[in-house]
Amino acid sequence: MTVATRNSPQNGAIRTQDLRRHYRMGETLIRAVDGISLEVRAGEFVALLGTSGSGKSSVLNLIAGLDRPTSGNVVVQDRNLALLSREELAKYRLHVVGMVFQSFNLIASMSLAENVELPLRFAEVNRDKREGLVREALERVGLRARMNHRPSELSGGEQQRAALARALINRPQLLLADEPTGNLDSHTGTEIMELVREFNQQLGMTVVMVTHERALAERYAERMIFLADGRLVDDLHNNDLQNNDRSDNDRLSDHRPNVPAGISMPEGQI
Amino acid sequence: MKIPDLTELALRNLRESLLRNSLTTIGISVGVASLVAMLSLGIGLQQLASRRLVKAGLFDTVLVTSRRDLRNMGRDEERNGPAPGESRILDEPSRLEIEHLPNVVEAYPDIRFITELRYQDNPHMSMVSALPPSAKSNDAFDGMPGRFFSSDTAPEVILQKAFAAELLGKTPKPGTDDVTAAGLAPPLLGKKLTMRYAQRETTPDSPSKLNGSASQANSQSTVAGAAYSVVSREQELTIAGISDLDPESMRGPTRAKVFLPLKLAESLHIMQPADLREISHAATDQPVYSSISVRVSSPKHVQPVEDAVKKMGFNTFSILDATRSLRQFFEVLDLFLGIFGSLALAVASIGIVNTLVMAILERRREIGIMKAIGASDGDVKNLFFAEAGAMGILGGIVGVALGWAIGKAINLGTNVYLKRQSLPPEHFWAVPWWLVAFAIGFAFLVSLVSGLYPAARAARLDPVQALRYE
Repeated sequence: MTVATRNSPQNGAIRTQDLRRHYRMGETLIRAVDGISLEVRAGEFVALLGTSGSGKSSVLNLIAGLDRPTSGNVVVQDRNLALLSREELAKYRLHVVGMVFQSFNLIASMSLAENVELPLRFAEVNRDKREGLVREALERVGLRARMNHRPSELSGGEQQRAALARALINRPQLLLADEPTGNLDSHTGTEIMELVREFNQQLGMTVVMVTHERALAERYAERMIFLADGRLVDDLHNNDLQNNDRSDNDRLSDHRPNVPAGISMPEGQI
Repeated sequence: MKIPDLTELALRNLRESLLRNSLTTIGISVGVASLVAMLSLGIGLQQLASRRLVKAGLFDTVLVTSRRDLRNMGRDEERNGPAPGESRILDEPSRLEIEHLPNVVEAYPDIRFITELRYQDNPHMSMVSALPPSAKSNDAFDGMPGRFFSSDTAPEVILQKAFAAELLGKTPKPGTDDVTAAGLAPPLLGKKLTMRYAQRETTPDSPSKLNGSASQANSQSTVAGAAYSVVSREQELTIAGISDLDPESMRGPTRAKVFLPLKLAESLHIMQPADLREISHAATDQPVYSSISVRVSSPKHVQPVEDAVKKMGFNTFSILDATRSLRQFFEVLDLFLGIFGSLALAVASIGIVNTLVMAILERRREIGIMKAIGASDGDVKNLFFAEAGAMGILGGIVGVALGWAIGKAINLGTNVYLKRQSLPPEHFWAVPWWLVAFAIGFAFLVSLVSGLYPAARAARLDPVQALRYE
């Protein structure tokens, strides 16, 4: 499968319509996602920004098919995730989505190679093909020499690179990253982001990245979507940013940290 | 996920918490060992009992009697078919007919009669019975003091040890078994016995019509004019052997203590009780038999031969009928032993549930990761199943070995005891292949059942929550 056919605009897009995810915690109803409608084009690099509790990770989990919406739709490549069975959702996660997390989430008892191989096992790829694919993926993230090490023997950056190799292994169209640099120093974080950009540009993967580091988002993402209290509060394209004058930038950088967690802001104020 | 991958992942997971999983597996082993030990004891005892009976040549023998034989009246099976008075007579043509049934090796008449035997001028009464040459292989004559008949017509006799003791004036106290054939043999072997018997002699002027096909015994036309006389005769016999065992253990109260070669007995035309009952039909040289012993080629043919003979209009009896209740007893015994053996396995299965539930708690995050990267509920479930199954198979294999060793040890111990009591060693213990396969299979099955709940629980885990778990 070539990148070009996979990521044609019709099938690469993510579309959410009035997406809501509410849950109860004791007596209180938490509106983690409260009516978000957005569209992501195939091959786009989007950053989801917001404070903790703004609902950005919840949105990511809904797009990843790890969670189901309370109401509304998530449509990825013409699949309405809300309508898929558990089995179909697992297949979707296996073949369409690659995920990386802040805490890397490698399985500690397995070597890097085994960790990267795991999705191939779930996809029932033949044993003789698997070895080559694992090598290739680890090569791409520069970890070929360390493939037989266990995660605990590696630095955070190396672990995250291994996690990227694992996310890549089934050649998904979508890369979902939840604070991928959150546990890394800035230098290592940059390395990881360069890899993510490479995946986006060379492999044509659509990237949705959750982060609270605006600078990172500005540097790598084509588009920034701001969330607060489960609502979409701003949606900026990088060219807008580049065309914006200084004051605009100030305004944007000002408003984000000033929104206290848990207080919803009327959209008209932005 | 494919089965090789599942197995590989399951084994690596088991290795990860080696101590806990080993303890669980040992628990299963002990359960399987107790099951194997119990069942193999039951099977061993059953085999011991059957071996004895097979050796005695009783499993391949069917005893045929005429329905006219009033001795068997009142038994359920004989109430069907013709009334005793109208049924067939057990004579030579019937014997030949039975002998020609498929799978019948031989059908020989049971010649038995009570008569007087004189030894050193002292009379002794006993039931005498005739033996075919094939009886030589009977366990009762195997290795007895003396030898089997030199020929089927030799004027020789084999004595059962009780009768031999009687001849020597040694009456064993009831209940004790201190007289052995070996001790009785030397003064008796080669000595002469005189048997006095009643010979049936056809009256010379009786119409001898019963030849060839006309000899069908049911023919009513031959009744008139039948007549024979009874003459007292004597026959000298040499004592050839003394038997320890009773070759006729299935005979019950009519068992004989003195044995003659069959052809010799036939040639003597000895008057038998049946002759009197069949006097209207059998007043010729054609003898009427009270019963016929039918040997079949293998025990599994006993039932069909019995059915065929019954269809001919005779009563049959075989040791299979007698052992039916014995087999029932062993089935119940095996069941109980199996239940007790399984109890330990049931306890072990709780261990599996516990281990796997613990593993879910420990590997919660791992399950979340696997789901996030594309594992389906089925993959997670199968992985836990595979772990349970692997513990079951491993535990089963170790358990069978352990059970086998326990069996060996107990067998050895028992035989040391038997030896001290100067009894021959026996195999009380049998671990047949099917038991090995069954035990391992059963352990596997029990483990899978134990894995049901933990596997379902692991599969149901919500990935978002599982990933949040540290």
